[in-house]
Amino acid sequence: MSKKAFALLSLLVAASMILAACQPAATPTAEETAPPPPEETEVMTEEPTEPPVEETLMPTEPPPAAFECTDEIGCVDIAPGEPVHIAYLLVVAGPNESLGVDSRNGIEIAIEDVGGEILGHPIQFDGEDGGCGAETGQAAGTKLSADPSIVAVVGTSCSSEARVAVPLMADAGFVVVSPSNTAPDLTAPGSENNYVPAYARTAHNDNLQGRIAAEYAFNELGVTTAATIHDGSLYADQLQQVFAARFQELGGTITAQEAVDPNQTDMSAVLTSIAAGTPELIYFPIFLPAGGFIVRQAKQTPGLEETILMGADGLFSPDVTEAAGDDVEGFKVSSPAIAGDAYAAFLEKYKAKFGTDPISIFHAHAYDAFMIIVNAIESVAVQDEDGTLHIPRQALRDAVTNTTGYQGLIGSLTCNETIEPIKYPGDCSASGIGVYEYHAGEYPPELIWTSGE
Amino acid sequence: MLRTWRQRIELTDILVWGIGISIGVVVIVGTIATLKSGKYSTATWLDLGIKGLALGGVYALIAMGYTLVYGILRMINFAHSEVFMSGPFTAVFLANALARSGFLNKQPVVSLILLLALSMGVSMTIALLLERIAYRPLRAAPRLVPLITAIGASFFLQYTFRGLYGSGFQTYPIPTILQGNITFGQIRLFNTQIVAILGALAMMLILYGIVQWTKIGKAMRAVSEDKEVAALMGIDVDRIIAVTFALGGASAGAAGILYALLFPVVNFFMGFIPGIKAFTAAVLGGIGNVAGAFLGAIIIGLIESVGPLLFLDGLGVPTPSQLKDAIAFTILVFILIFRPTGILGERLAQAKA
Repeated sequence: MSKKAFALLSLLVAASMILAACQPAATPTAEETAPPPPEETEVMTEEPTEPPVEETLMPTEPPPAAFECTDEIGCVDIAPGEPVHIAYLLVVAGPNESLGVDSRNGIEIAIEDVGGEILGHPIQFDGEDGGCGAETGQAAGTKLSADPSIVAVVGTSCSSEARVAVPLMADAGFVVVSPSNTAPDLTAPGSENNYVPAYARTAHNDNLQGRIAAEYAFNELGVTTAATIHDGSLYADQLQQVFAARFQELGGTITAQEAVDPNQTDMSAVLTSIAAGTPELIYFPIFLPAGGFIVRQAKQTPGLEETILMGADGLFSPDVTEAAGDDVEGFKVSSPAIAGDAYAAFLEKYKAKFGTDPISIFHAHAYDAFMIIVNAIESVAVQDEDGTLHIPRQALRDAVTNTTGYQGLIGSLTCNETIEPIKYPGDCSASGIGVYEYHAGEYPPELIWTSGE
Repeated sequence: MLRTWRQRIELTDILVWGIGISIGVVVIVGTIATLKSGKYSTATWLDLGIKGLALGGVYALIAMGYTLVYGILRMINFAHSEVFMSGPFTAVFLANALARSGFLNKQPVVSLILLLALSMGVSMTIALLLERIAYRPLRAAPRLVPLITAIGASFFLQYTFRGLYGSGFQTYPIPTILQGNITFGQIRLFNTQIVAILGALAMMLILYGIVQWTKIGKAMRAVSEDKEVAALMGIDVDRIIAVTFALGGASAGAAGILYALLFPVVNFFMGFIPGIKAFTAAVLGGIGNVAGAFLGAIIIGLIESVGPLLFLDGLGVPTPSQLKDAIAFTILVFILIFRPTGILGERLAQAKA
């Protein structure tokens, strides 16, 4: 090939790569929907009782109606003795494993509490690690979507996983209930990431958490200037936006809104840049290990030694005290605050079963997510005479998202009401938000304030 | 004459020069704008500069491994980033044990020496095993084959360590004597940074001394100049190559401990980015050249620390620190456009003086 042609070809390739990269967000690849199970044609027949000739003829009982699956998506048929498969997609490995493992622990306690079975069928509980990122979330979502025996999924842990994994699982017909996704995008009406009713969550909407964090900073702490740092993830970016908007509404000034890479170790450039604006508080609702580095290095940055540092529920983990060492003293995080007798009893069970205090903050949400699914299954499932269980998928989704007034550990759960701007259909709870403070060498952090909801 | 000049310049040349010049223009304009706005004080720049020096020192030690192996085998050892990771990731357990028993604070110097020894030992072992198992059988193979093997070995080692030590991260305890800083006027030096810079300098001098002034160093230079003739001169080529890998591994292990002092969190993936940066530094300074690796690493460290704010803040680019990796690699492209062999582009063998 002549040199000119080759040069032209490489220019074309480069141009097409640039055009491909500049496309609007790609729509998720459509998964082949699991073909609906064949129509149930088994007819239960009973031998009509033959009355003795001497007695008056009794009308014979008509055979019970056969179960026909009229569900739009399809039904899951579970033979007697076969398990009901509920899966999880949580972060159970990597630097943020305490988040997912804690949720999974909550679900395991829930499974014990229901006796390990639903409607006479044992529960099969397993799942995939989501890695708290888009690539790993997609891999996990693809794997789960390929398994048609799954009825429901408790997941995901991180909102960045949800954005890619929930479309895949929704296409596969599952119902997904998340214990810890909080990004507002996932339930905002009209949003492209909104997959309600295939999706619901028991965690709060960050429109709530961001506003409360801003109100706490402005009203309780009395700061008037703040800066934010996010890490590019859906959750962090939206939460800091909500915080900034509310803070400015209250009359404060946002001096800087910066971003770091989640795997970044050297935060000096971003902290120096923020220090130039001399904020009184830095709000960084990100994850580990970046959050740990910021806490450490902020104390070493000239101009930020006295600045109040505040994070969010991604930094509620014993690994934070490890990562930040003594610099963690005074570090605050906003997170859900749960109380009540049911919760206290749950904590006792947690300690007894796992030997430690809870290692994150969404265990109760996971417990309630699982219970909502179980209740929904019990209300829509059809049980045949011989014990086969049929679960219509669309009806299950509707049952989950129409849950009303269910009394869970975290409070009363109603999944289809709207309270602008903090709750939309798909958000099942508006649990109270609290502010916790870390002390060096101690975990969990101390609850110093609640929003009083 | 104009015609011959036009015949020599190709479209690609113009394109490449265009890219180079635009990078240069962006850098200069951004720097001027930032300095004119006066947003950051001299103390800030000095702070960032010292941080860059400390980081550069660490990269220099890692880059030694890349440059020595390239000089001898003409091959880029992509698994070197895992050699770097294995040292501190293993030593963290010893460090935590020392901290728990209180020895770390009572005898910080001895503890540090112990940690260095363990880290260097582990990294050396991994490097030697790599050489023996992955590279020696392929010495006669075409150049691409050991390269692919190196990448494969890199993944293998990453996930082996993930399996051994878990996917979470571990934190290094910093002895109390190293927490804190010293201030000379405008300059503020953190104790960990002092240790990192001095440690890197010391290791570099030792390595340079070994390569230039000892018999083994002479043998290394001979083997890198011409393997077959060196064998004819009675040099045990296999042993020298093993020594090279061992030296590279030892310096990577030392770099690991120094890196852990600066950023005390380690996990199985920590070697990837510093490895790439160090490789960039080695190429920047002239691959195969020991002094070049050092120079390149210092430059990369400084650019990474000071660059985002200096070059981009003045241009109004939002969140410039997210781009610090991009800046480092762009500067590499810039240097390579105008000086493809790197700044000090010579080989290990060409004797100085």
